[in-house]
Amino acid sequence: MRSYLALRRHPGLEWAGLALVAVALIALPWVLADIGTAWVRITNLAILYCFLALGLNIVVGFAGLLDLGYIAFYGVGAYVYALLASPQFGLHLPFWAILPLGAALACIFGVLLGAPTLKLRGDYLAIVTLGFGEIIRIFLNNLSSPFNLTNGPQGITLIDPFRIDGFSFATTQRVLGQTLSSPIKYYYFLLAVLLVVIVVNLRLQNSRIGRAWEAIREDEIAARAMGINTRNMKLLAYAMGASFGGVAGGMFSAMQGFISPESFVLVESIMVLSMVVLGGMGNVFGVVVGALLLSYVPEVLRYTVGPAQRAVFGRTLIDPEVFRMLLFGLALVLMMLFRPAGILPSALRKRELQAPTRE
Amino acid sequence: MTASLQDAAAGEPLLVADGISKSFGGVQALAAVSFTIRRGEIYGLIGPNGAGKTSLFNVLTGIYAPEAGTFAFDGHALAGLKPNDVAERGIARTFQNIRLFANLSALENVMIGRHVRTRANVFGAIFRNASTLAEERAIETRARELLDYVGMSQRANTLAKHLAYGDQRRLEIARALATDPRLLALDEPAAGMNATETAALKGLLESIRRDGVTILLIEHDMKLVMSVCDRVLVLDYGRKIAEGPAAAVQKDDKVIAAYLGGEVTLNLKGT
Repeated sequence: MRSYLALRRHPGLEWAGLALVAVALIALPWVLADIGTAWVRITNLAILYCFLALGLNIVVGFAGLLDLGYIAFYGVGAYVYALLASPQFGLHLPFWAILPLGAALACIFGVLLGAPTLKLRGDYLAIVTLGFGEIIRIFLNNLSSPFNLTNGPQGITLIDPFRIDGFSFATTQRVLGQTLSSPIKYYYFLLAVLLVVIVVNLRLQNSRIGRAWEAIREDEIAARAMGINTRNMKLLAYAMGASFGGVAGGMFSAMQGFISPESFVLVESIMVLSMVVLGGMGNVFGVVVGALLLSYVPEVLRYTVGPAQRAVFGRTLIDPEVFRMLLFGLALVLMMLFRPAGILPSALRKRELQAPTRE
Repeated sequence: MTASLQDAAAGEPLLVADGISKSFGGVQALAAVSFTIRRGEIYGLIGPNGAGKTSLFNVLTGIYAPEAGTFAFDGHALAGLKPNDVAERGIARTFQNIRLFANLSALENVMIGRHVRTRANVFGAIFRNASTLAEERAIETRARELLDYVGMSQRANTLAKHLAYGDQRRLEIARALATDPRLLALDEPAAGMNATETAALKGLLESIRRDGVTILLIEHDMKLVMSVCDRVLVLDYGRKIAEGPAAAVQKDDKVIAAYLGGEVTLNLKGT
């Protein structure tokens, strides 16, 4: 509860700050839409990455279990949604029914992955989870025969968008004199879910369960000696992390309208892990910042590297697509050199440490 | 602290070890060690380095399985229990090479000790219902009491890794006490402490015992062992070579030989 206690010292100021942030977040898509609708879509994907990073943060940041196959749960959630809301099987279930289903199935897969890895740590755990991620992707790629479940590498198209009665998230419509485009609708939905996910993460961290996870991360033998059932707690961490990924996958499916195994490759797992590490493992807000940065920076570079070269040299010397990933990699290396514990390693903790001890 | 247990039950066996054996490769770490710890006593476990003291702790607390022999704790066998089950039964321990949760505060370390005596699950954590909140408050209150008990309330918000060595040892004791143990197993709690800290530790051990917790103590500081322990078990090369009141054990020939080496003893006796 420490974060809430810290907020209570200047309640007026805190509420004003929160109100300001809220207004900014509500206005954001309209500002972005002026620059280009693409930026609203990029923002929506960035929020999805926040979900993924927060889910992985439970496994990696809280419980300290290195997971390199996390994207598999995203894939499971995405395919559950795609199969139950597309012409693939002619099923068109409502999203509020499928999302929990996707979360539940991802959760089961989380436990299935967790069970054989309970005694592994560090490098060995990374290899096993990496293998698991690849297995899921290869299954998605090949489950087109003898029975066509996933439609193989072609992926699944025409996936239903979110729809509540007549209100579809896929169409543009006028509401209260404002034009609400599809990405803007999704933005508000994702933002609301993100708030819930952040609160859930914070509450988990500051609970008996969260402390048990942190104990396992810090010293597994001591945790067991203190009576923590490390097997159950690790499985719980995998299950919780995976179900976050499953929900994110479902939303990805609906937003994109098309998914294929290409979206769930190893490099995506590494990307999400980088977001967690770069932002600050175990710090919920740090992880959100990490996810936003790693989502935006490559996109900003995409739009600036080409024009910058033309301005400086008069022509394009290096293919922007190659150059931006080079810069991106360089940025990551520099980050880790100068802030090895992440962007926000433990801001809350620092504040807590400065606070006088209550007697 | 809990109500005093020094009543009718005091003096009855709490832990009975019968023929405990354990070997690592060709090394016999423990060879058919048997002993009985009585309720309410401070029971010392001493011996030269490599005598098998910590191995005995690890077998007792479920980290290793014994090859032979049984433990009976309060009349129930401990065979095959995992470390977390052993803790739940009421045996808490500290470690020779301090194993605190380094990146958590002192308070959080002790709060984790309450895990085994509390119930909140994921849904309670997320929805924060009344009973979960009440339990959280109780956990924090108890943890602060225990920090106060070991004299560390000023350090509640300090990360465990930033604590002074003596404080780390005391924090490990507070964390172990948070599990409401009936037997507290301490592995060299005075190691690295100066004379003042050791004197304070002696007071702490006596007050823990007064509060009804039986103590099993591994310690190299003989002054502390002799002044605080009711009875002492001496191990050498995994074998029990003596057991009894501290003063008697101190004069035992085999014990002196184990500590000083056989020939030295003979020479000493010759003069």
